[in-house]
Amino acid sequence: MELRIHGLHASIEGKEILKGIDLTLPQGEIHALMGPNGSGKSTLANVLMGHPSYEVTGGEVYMDDIDILSLEPYQRARLGLFLAFQYPVEIPGLTAGKFLKRAAELRLEDGGKLNVSSFIRELRAHMDFLEMDHQFINRYLNEGFSGGEKKRMEMLQMLALQPAFAVLDETDSGLDIDALKIVSKGVNSLKGPGFGALIITHYQRILNYIRPDRVHVMVGGRIVRSGGPELVERLEKDGYDWLKSQAAAEHAKV
Amino acid sequence: MQRYEDMETQKTVQTVDVSEYQYGFNFPDASVFKTRKGLDADVVRQISGQKQEPEWMLNYRLRALESFWKKPMPSWGADLSDLDFDNMYYYAKPAGGVSRSWEDLPEGIRKTYDRLGLPEAEKKFLAGVGAQYDSEVVYHNLQENLSRQGVIFCDPETAVREHPDLVRKYFGTVIPYGDNKFAALNSAVWSGGSFIYVPPGVKVDIPLQAYFRINLENFGQFERTLIIADEGSFVHYIEGCTAPVYSTDSLHSAVVEIIALPNSRVRYTTIQNWSSDIYNLVTKRAVAYRGATVEWVDGNIGSKRTMKYPSVYLMEEGAHGEVLSIAFAGGGQQQDTGGKIVHSASNTSSVITSKSISKDGGISSYRGLLKVAPGLDNVKSKVVCDALILDEHSHSNTYPYMEIESDNVSIEHEARVSRISEEQLFYLMSRGLDEAEASMMIVNGFLDPLVKQLPMEYAVELNKLIELEMEGSVG
Ligand SMILES: Nc1ncnc2c1ncn2[C@@H]1O[C@H](COP(=O)(O)OP(=O)(O)OP(=O)(O)O)[C@@H](O)[C@H]1O
Ligand SMILES: [Mg+2]
Repeated sequence: MELRIHGLHASIEGKEILKGIDLTLPQGEIHALMGPNGSGKSTLANVLMGHPSYEVTGGEVYMDDIDILSLEPYQRARLGLFLAFQYPVEIPGLTAGKFLKRAAELRLEDGGKLNVSSFIRELRAHMDFLEMDHQFINRYLNEGFSGGEKKRMEMLQMLALQPAFAVLDETDSGLDIDALKIVSKGVNSLKGPGFGALIITHYQRILNYIRPDRVHVMVGGRIVRSGGPELVERLEKDGYDWLKSQAAAEHAKV
Repeated sequence: MQRYEDMETQKTVQTVDVSEYQYGFNFPDASVFKTRKGLDADVVRQISGQKQEPEWMLNYRLRALESFWKKPMPSWGADLSDLDFDNMYYYAKPAGGVSRSWEDLPEGIRKTYDRLGLPEAEKKFLAGVGAQYDSEVVYHNLQENLSRQGVIFCDPETAVREHPDLVRKYFGTVIPYGDNKFAALNSAVWSGGSFIYVPPGVKVDIPLQAYFRINLENFGQFERTLIIADEGSFVHYIEGCTAPVYSTDSLHSAVVEIIALPNSRVRYTTIQNWSSDIYNLVTKRAVAYRGATVEWVDGNIGSKRTMKYPSVYLMEEGAHGEVLSIAFAGGGQQQDTGGKIVHSASNTSSVITSKSISKDGGISSYRGLLKVAPGLDNVKSKVVCDALILDEHSHSNTYPYMEIESDNVSIEHEARVSRISEEQLFYLMSRGLDEAEASMMIVNGFLDPLVKQLPMEYAVELNKLIELEMEGSVG
């Protein structure tokens, strides 16, 4: 399967943020998406998942031959798209366990039935893997979680739901080095022919643990450069300025 | 011959939607005694006569009727301007042997019962179908067990006949007929309800439910319930049922009095779901003496207008009162609910927790009164009201009145109004839940801390009910 984005334009409150994005993410690959603050990375993540505040003004997004832009977020999720939120939302009164069980059920093909005891067993194994206290599934979803705990909960959901494609929006931000390793471990454990990931990040350090196949740089709502992992080192060394001025120059030409 | 009269009767009494007639909805009414439309001393005499009451009860009713005429309508709370006292029946005695058939019920009501997964027997009972009930044996065993311990559990009519001393000592002492217009009305025309007396030191280990009693009048429109917990006793009473109670009347005006004698504990749970044309105006009040505890758990779903503020008067030291109120106001509904606590002694404590949900233009209001008499020491109270509003057409109000006349008082008050946010919905939907299920989960989550305190089967049924309400398929 492939996640294909073609000439995607999107705006919020009448202001255009994404100005023509082209990006293809095949399963089996991990891509990194970097770019300065406000360049539109989260916007892309939200538009892919179908956030109702954004208006798509052009382009298309396919998962294989399905045009997902006309689908509701829940339909995209059931097709296997997953978004790890930059700011996970608190749902008071809804236990993480109950929620995860329901979400896992919905990931099954029509008519499939979740084996609850084996689901719980697996969930415990995932929590051990992510070094989370088992008590977390009895807590209300994200309520009162620390920043790092929220990110781990996102990873736990990803492991439990086994998506076909995952977009991780700054899952590494605000994590201490141990947590960073754990999150990376989570992504790496899914790595394989049935999984593709787009990792949005500001830091090289996570890419020391997760080896990206490709790196894209977004500036001003466009992907201005794509390349191999070596691109990350250049960014780390020189920042975004050289790309910004290039982009400005190119834009001026148009 | 009988028919025309019946049809007319049905129309006014039920105020059912005309569309329901297409399901052949009418009852063979011939053998039912019914007072005529409207209210006067004659009607009250007839009711009392039907019940073969002693003179003192009749006189009480007549005095209450006088008071009813004099009392003004409440000028606050829900809008009651549609209520027409002259156009109502105040007493209908369902005669034995006449049973409506299940198939005669409106389809909507049958469907709701089915979806709630109620046992057939309970369904029929709720629908007023069939006077015989399979578990009669269960009820008899329960009664035997209770009477061995000296517990009295019967309808108030029986109590008037068989336990006049207890009734005369306590009836109307917590809520005098002159308390408010609706208490006066109930005192004049009351019929059905429950009477419970628990002797000193007896702890009743299963919740008592009116549902055990095979009496169509249990869920009548003017129920009267009196509970007396003697020293050191315990009882949990569960009123009504979570299924939408099918009522032929548009006004439900009950009075519930609880007397918790020293060191006793009484818990009273109501989960009510009246059909959407009902005015549900209920006065519930308890007095708690030294070291006694009274807890009201009060869930209100359905009805057109609800006004209900269970209250506890903490009369002596060490008394504790709790009110836990849940309200769901859907389209066209006003739930005006809350609680009232009066601290009349030192070293008393209370908690009021209220959760309300408004949807499709529904209005839910919390109305609470916390009163602390002068010259008291060490009084603690906590009031928490949480409102959840599901859309922009719906409303929530909070009216927390406080009259605090002592100094050494610790009072906490929290009020929160929240809306389901787009971000919450999007988050849940991004994991595969459709919008309806996502909102449902948020609503259930909102109620969860409170639902956890309900008996298991009630918690399950309440969740199912809320689900139905969310789909808009009840009522
Ligand atoms: N709701 C909104 N209303 C108005 N502008 C918005 C809204 N959401 C995002 N934007 C704007 O869109 C632009 C892109 O924001 P976005 O969150 O996608 O950036 P980002 O690349 O993820 O940045 P960061 O690295 O800081 O997370 C920003 O200029 C932001 O202010
Ligand atoms: Mg961002």
